[in-house]
Amino acid sequence: MTTTAHEMSTIPTVPTGAPGERLPIVASGPDSFGWWGMWGLIATEAMLFGSLLASYFYLRFQTGAGGWPPDGIHKPELVLPLIMSAILWSSSIPVHIADRAIRRGNQGLLRFGLLAGFLLGATFLGMQLLVEYPKSLTEFHPTTNAYGSLFFTITGFHGFHVVVGLLISLWTQMRAWQGAFGEHRHVTVQNFAMYWHFVDVVWVLVLFTVYLSPHF
Amino acid sequence: MATVTTDPLEELEQSWYEPPGLISWFTTVDHKRIGMKYLVTALAFFVFGGIESLIIRAQLGGPELHLISPEAYNQLFSMHGVTMMFLFAMPVLSGFGNFFVPLMVGTRDMAFPRLNAFGYWVFLAAGIFLYSAFLIGRAPDAGWFGYTPLSDGKFSPGINIDFYALGLIFTAISSTGGAINFIVTILKMRAPGMSINRIPIFVWGELAMSLAIVFALPPLTVACTLLELQRRFGFHFFDSGKGGDPLLWQHLFWIFGHPEVYIIVLPALGVVSAIIPTFVRRRMVGYTWIVVAEMATALIGFGVWTHHMFVTGLPQVALSFVSLVSFMITIPSGVQIFAWVATLIAGRPVLRTPLLFVIGFILVFVLGGLSGVMFAAIPFDAQVHDSYFVVAHFHYVMVGAVIFPLFGALYYWLPKMTGKLMSERWGKASFWTIFVGFNLAFFPMHIAGILGQPRRTYTYQAGLGWTAPNLIETVGSFLLALGILITFVNWVWSLRRGPRAPNDPWGGDTLEWATSSPPPEYNFAAVPTVRSLEPVWDQPELRDGAQPPDQGGRALVGGHLTLSTSMLDGTPRAVIPMPHATAWPLVATAGLLFGFWGVVFGAWLLGGAGALLFAAGMIGWHWPKGETQEG
Repeated sequence: MTTTAHEMSTIPTVPTGAPGERLPIVASGPDSFGWWGMWGLIATEAMLFGSLLASYFYLRFQTGAGGWPPDGIHKPELVLPLIMSAILWSSSIPVHIADRAIRRGNQGLLRFGLLAGFLLGATFLGMQLLVEYPKSLTEFHPTTNAYGSLFFTITGFHGFHVVVGLLISLWTQMRAWQGAFGEHRHVTVQNFAMYWHFVDVVWVLVLFTVYLSPHF
Repeated sequence: MATVTTDPLEELEQSWYEPPGLISWFTTVDHKRIGMKYLVTALAFFVFGGIESLIIRAQLGGPELHLISPEAYNQLFSMHGVTMMFLFAMPVLSGFGNFFVPLMVGTRDMAFPRLNAFGYWVFLAAGIFLYSAFLIGRAPDAGWFGYTPLSDGKFSPGINIDFYALGLIFTAISSTGGAINFIVTILKMRAPGMSINRIPIFVWGELAMSLAIVFALPPLTVACTLLELQRRFGFHFFDSGKGGDPLLWQHLFWIFGHPEVYIIVLPALGVVSAIIPTFVRRRMVGYTWIVVAEMATALIGFGVWTHHMFVTGLPQVALSFVSLVSFMITIPSGVQIFAWVATLIAGRPVLRTPLLFVIGFILVFVLGGLSGVMFAAIPFDAQVHDSYFVVAHFHYVMVGAVIFPLFGALYYWLPKMTGKLMSERWGKASFWTIFVGFNLAFFPMHIAGILGQPRRTYTYQAGLGWTAPNLIETVGSFLLALGILITFVNWVWSLRRGPRAPNDPWGGDTLEWATSSPPPEYNFAAVPTVRSLEPVWDQPELRDGAQPPDQGGRALVGGHLTLSTSMLDGTPRAVIPMPHATAWPLVATAGLLFGFWGVVFGAWLLGGAGALLFAAGMIGWHWPKGETQEG
């Protein structure tokens, strides 16, 4: 622990005009607007993924009577996706640590956690683009059939979210190095963490649908 | 702290000042000016969509006419639908919502003012994008629901449908941003004391609409994305030869499409519940019932999408279930209608123009609802599917539930927005012309539909019994257009010659009547404390917009500040600094527009430039300014 009691500052307040009333001028969590806005974004994004995954199962059960994957494509191999998953999910841990750390004003742990989360996320993305995709492309393409279209659209859409998450992370890290955050002012960190965890949770469903479900 | 004693009003003027002049309309983040821009732009698209429908009606005025080419006809009816749904009905109610939700909940702006500005610009850019297709003669031409396989690259090889798919994704960005903004504003920015049982019904309507948008638009976005991937890059989602299924489009489209009906109707029903109490001089009967009914409608609306697909050969069990839910959804609508009628009977109605439009709405909406119940019976639906009976039904519901409340709202709220009163005499003339014209235009469609006239046909032969109803429809539609024109002229007249509107010209009950007409930039000199569902009726001290501190008013001076309050009971929790006027949302939107044009024309250089401009806009927008909550 690098933080001690005397370093904790009291939350800055301003008068509201009601007799004697002062309220905090910084807000995080449910008192801030951004926190609610992020939940709205996550809700609508979850529906986007839900629609894509529902389309996957719809097409499988409407057209996959002759076996799934169709046209003699092999069932997806699991070792590589599971290693990638472990890397992606583990990235949520340092991001969570960073999110907790700044609430105590711990700048060093904030910067470390954000950086570690970024590196793990970038590793996942690199493996997807440089190892997983080339491997799958040797067997089928997005234009081979509907299965190929679904495979690359769903995983690609998730990968796009990882890219956006990494960009938000870069932004948050820049602000962290500028010292913009503290134990009271950290809603940006909070929102980034929420978004990042969402991208990781959605990967559970993507992994299940795209890689695991063809085995059942 | 500071010992300088300045006049709080002067301080508010300074903190909330936006420079006047033309430029400021491009940079404003004031919810009232953005609301006005939404309203005027949406009404401009309403005129475009209206002109399209008049050309359609002229073409159908008699048998075997050839006023326009069949290709142009297809583009016109497709763009009529797309325009009226996405560029008029949704944004016009966002316009009123933008202007009035912050006023009605007693705050000083929307939760995310720059997102609000961005939402408006994206809406405008999406409209320009869709209409630019007309300039090259390639407007969408596969109907507003663009069914595959007709809309795939094989049967629609032109770029018409690319404009459609990308244009709808474009509008979805605007609607989703706007919806999240409404939700946060309504949940977190209500005046102290406005617990959830004191939220005006109009605001509930906007909340229900916004929740439905957040959950219903993504299936449409996914459908359009998949369609564009198939058309542009040869993917196979809807291609039955390669493991796809054209019906996937219908499922995705209607999972969006049916909630869309309620997205449009719910805030309009809210308008009705706002107008009625004012003109019958009593509170709404059954406030809780109406609110629960609105939320229930938004929820049940997600369970009925396959009733648009009764004739596609789905399993009987699924159809029976959807049929049941479709009957069920009439219950909350019925609850609201009985509550309105009961309020009208229990009060003393004063028949001013806004109330006339509301009564017209109730009549038309009940008729549209009745034909809707008929569709829920599957054998009847199979008989009239894709006939003019369906066209009659949804125009009674959509025009009835949108145009009538909308015009009521124009007469009710424009004095607050512009500070000028409109002519009552011309208002009544407009109402009667619209009412008669509407029924002439759309009632005969029921008959033509039962006589077998299919929708979307370019022309028809004489001797089928369709000639007389079609002629009446065409005459009625021009009469309807005249009635609408009267109101627009009335509006322009009021701006030039109309008498000044007082704060509260009608004796309304909600907070927007507690401030001046038009309201100042900061809305209220003191953020009010609310102790009633009808605060302006029950708290006389609110009427001049400056509730004294000992009654609960908070001046909240010293910056561009709003209050954050708790979600359920409206307890003040924090003070939130708000962002100032900025052009970055406009820059980001211009980037999006160039990007979308780049994709539709396959001009990747233009698309890349657009992406860079968008990125620049986003960076400029979020660049730290050291004081705002969003950065």
